[in-house]
Amino acid sequence: MMSYYKWRKFKSSAMITLCLISVLIAIVPLFVILLYTISKGVDAISWDFFTKMPKPAGEAGGGMANALVGSGILLGLGSIVGLPVGILSGIYLSENRNSMFASIVRFLTEVLNGIPSIVVGVFAYGVIVVPMHRFSAIAGGFALAILMLPIVTRTTEEMLNLVPASFREASLALGISKWKTTLFVIFPTAMKGVFTGILLSIARAAGETAPLLFTSLGNRFWSTQLDQPIASLTVFIYDYAKAPFDDWNRQAWAAALVLVVIILFINIIFRIISRKR
Amino acid sequence: MNIYFNGGNVPKILKNSEIETADLIDKTNDKINVNSLRAFFGKFEAIKNITLNFSENKITAIIGPSGCGKSTLLRCLNRMHEEVGGTMKGEILLDGENIFNHDPVWLRKKIGMVFQKPNPFPTMSIADNVTIGLRLNGRHSKRKLTEVVESSLRQAFLWDEVKDNLKSSGASLSGGQQQRLCIARTLAVNPEVILLDEPTSALDPISTAKIEEMLIGLKEKYTIVIVTHNMQQAARISDYTAFMYLGELIEYNLTKKIFLAPDKKQTEDYITGRFG
Repeated sequence: MMSYYKWRKFKSSAMITLCLISVLIAIVPLFVILLYTISKGVDAISWDFFTKMPKPAGEAGGGMANALVGSGILLGLGSIVGLPVGILSGIYLSENRNSMFASIVRFLTEVLNGIPSIVVGVFAYGVIVVPMHRFSAIAGGFALAILMLPIVTRTTEEMLNLVPASFREASLALGISKWKTTLFVIFPTAMKGVFTGILLSIARAAGETAPLLFTSLGNRFWSTQLDQPIASLTVFIYDYAKAPFDDWNRQAWAAALVLVVIILFINIIFRIISRKR
Repeated sequence: MNIYFNGGNVPKILKNSEIETADLIDKTNDKINVNSLRAFFGKFEAIKNITLNFSENKITAIIGPSGCGKSTLLRCLNRMHEEVGGTMKGEILLDGENIFNHDPVWLRKKIGMVFQKPNPFPTMSIADNVTIGLRLNGRHSKRKLTEVVESSLRQAFLWDEVKDNLKSSGASLSGGQQQRLCIARTLAVNPEVILLDEPTSALDPISTAKIEEMLIGLKEKYTIVIVTHNMQQAARISDYTAFMYLGELIEYNLTKKIFLAPDKKQTEDYITGRFG
């Protein structure tokens, strides 16, 4: 009898150890990437790096102010289109859970989520760059919006579905109409989760390079015009990392560090916001 | 005649002659008329051709074993049955008006509902929970809303317990308080009828007693229909009792008649605990 319990205890602790090891394996790469990026990038970071423009090859120094602003503009454009459409689609899917059309849309959203980002870039190229005859911030923002769309849609839908049906019933029973119930009772209850979806989508879009390569292209000069090519952090990293200049390579590491820190900050900010709710 | 039963005593069944049957259901005072109502979930018929009236300023209890259709009947009255994909046939009149000719939103402002599980909105404060029905259905001055918060919470016997933290979350209250908050929320819209779907089945005896006492007071202003599993509760607070079984209305009469001298064998078996 005793040995049976011992065997069970042994199995239990063995499984727990296995779980712990798996967690470590999952976490270690994250820390290695963080530490490596910091150690490589921290040298090239200075105030100039944030405020100055890139210098011609061979000249030391210079910064990536245009890329920082460009990334912001591209993310803004992507969010303006992607977030409202995604949130409203999520609400639609949640409200019409069982309709045929909703399940088709749900399936297509999943497919869209799985499409490689470079394909999305090619699509934006075909739809916007070709007719406009030029690379532009709009095309880049459009590509990012498409990438954000399925993430926001699915998380919004899932979070709305998690709201107990009893709240909907309680609200309807008070003589509150359906759309007001959804917008002012159900949606606020799911807000925390919806924020997480927004955060996920922004973080993902912020790290995308492939769809920007042939939409917003990148720009070595200062530009905030939406119909012109625009710089972005990720394309900056891409260009500088493959350049044959040591100085550029160091700046690529620095830009990578900045990008990681920004994404980390987005995460932390949204965590704080969603915890308060 | 004192018909208060307590301590879970099974009432003694009297002979028909031992109870005055003159003042049976007063048909002149109807608030809601249900005529030949049938309700379905898909093909399943949950309510089978029921006809009955709910009198104004009275408490009517609907009793019966689980699955007998009593909650469904209640949810037909404010058309919540439709919200879960159910269908209805027949006629329901509120003050003589067919409720199916109107928008459910109009109807539900007149017929409020309290559910089995307390469900205050978790993102809103206590005060906001009370006023939500008003705020989402038109503009109201701050003063009016403050008044409604106090009067509704007072009617629901909750004011003294929460008046100092109206701003805290509705979810921070105890189960019994939450249920009274839900009742206050329903009263704030100023309905004419209040439907209660086993409102105390998740609560302790003290909270239950508070709510029962409140309901007896509320019937002066409102018409109350309560579904309950607890037969003592029906006996304690209701004027009329409807006994349902397998989707049919078996017997509907004065509560004291139902509990002391039911006409039907099935009713007698159920209230004496022989089945159900």
